[in-house]
Amino acid sequence: MNLSTEVIEKSDKKKILKVAGEVDAYTAPELKANLNPLTEQEGAEVVVDLTEVSYIDSTGLGIFIGALKSAENHDATLRLTGLNDRVKRLFTITGLDEVITIDDENTEEAK
Amino acid sequence: MERQSDYLEMTLPAKPQYVGIARLTVSGLANRLGFSYDDIEDIKIAIAEACTNVVNHAYEETGNMHLSCNVFEDRVEMVVADTGQSFVLEELDQNLGPVDSRKPIDELKEGGLGLFLIDTLMDKVEISGENGVAISMTKFLQRDEVENNVDGVSTETNAQEQK
Repeated sequence: MNLSTEVIEKSDKKKILKVAGEVDAYTAPELKANLNPLTEQEGAEVVVDLTEVSYIDSTGLGIFIGALKSAENHDATLRLTGLNDRVKRLFTITGLDEVITIDDENTEEAK
Repeated sequence: MERQSDYLEMTLPAKPQYVGIARLTVSGLANRLGFSYDDIEDIKIAIAEACTNVVNHAYEETGNMHLSCNVFEDRVEMVVADTGQSFVLEELDQNLGPVDSRKPIDELKEGGLGLFLIDTLMDKVEISGENGVAISMTKFLQRDEVENNVDGVSTETNAQEQK
C-alpha cells in the first residue's frame, strides 16, 4: 500500500514521472505533489510511466484530471504510458481515455 | 429460506491510511470465496471508493467507517457505513456518469467518479442516508453460471420438474 515516484529528466522540456505501487486516497497526495510541478512548467512534455502501478481508483484518476488541466493551462502536454489491463480498464470505464492521451506501448524508457 | 453462511465486520478510523486495510480485507475474503481475479479487483475498487467517500465527506473532524460483509453461497453483500452527515441523495444521482469528452478540459471535475465506479463494477448497489450514509454493494459469484453452461444437466432437470 505504498507509492514511490521518480522523475527522469530527458531534456529541459521532457520529463518522465515513473510511478510504482498503489494509487489510492492515502497515496494520491504524494502523486499529486510530484506530478503538479512538472505540468506547471511552461511548454513541458510530461510522460507518466505507470508500468509499476498495480492499483488505482477514482482518487488517482482525479489527480490525472487535475494534471491535465494544469498542463492545458501551461501549454504543456500530458501522456500516460505502461498501463496494465486493470488500470487501463478504469480509464476506459470512466471515459478518461477520451480526454487523456494514453500510450499502448509499454515503458517509455525502452524507446 | 436462504442459508447465510458467514458474517464479518470491522470498524476502522475514517482516515486515508485505513482505506487500504478495508481493501485488503475484502480482497482476501473474495479470494477465499473463489471470485475471479477481475471480480476481486472490482470488489477492491468498489470498497475503496465507498471508504474514500466516508473519509472525504462523512465527518467534519474524526469518525469511524464500518465495513460489514454477508457471505452467501452465490454472492457477497458488503456494506460501508458511517455515522456522519448524510448527503442529499438526489444531488448524487445527477452527477453519476463517465467523463464527458465533449466538455472543455477546464470544466472536467476531479471528483465524483467514485460512485459511478461502484455502480458500474458491482452487480447491485443500494445507498441509504438516514443516520449517516450506508452503501450496500453486492457481487455475485459467476462460478455457477459457468458450470451450467458447461453441462446442461441442471437445465434439463428443471425442465423435467416443470412437467
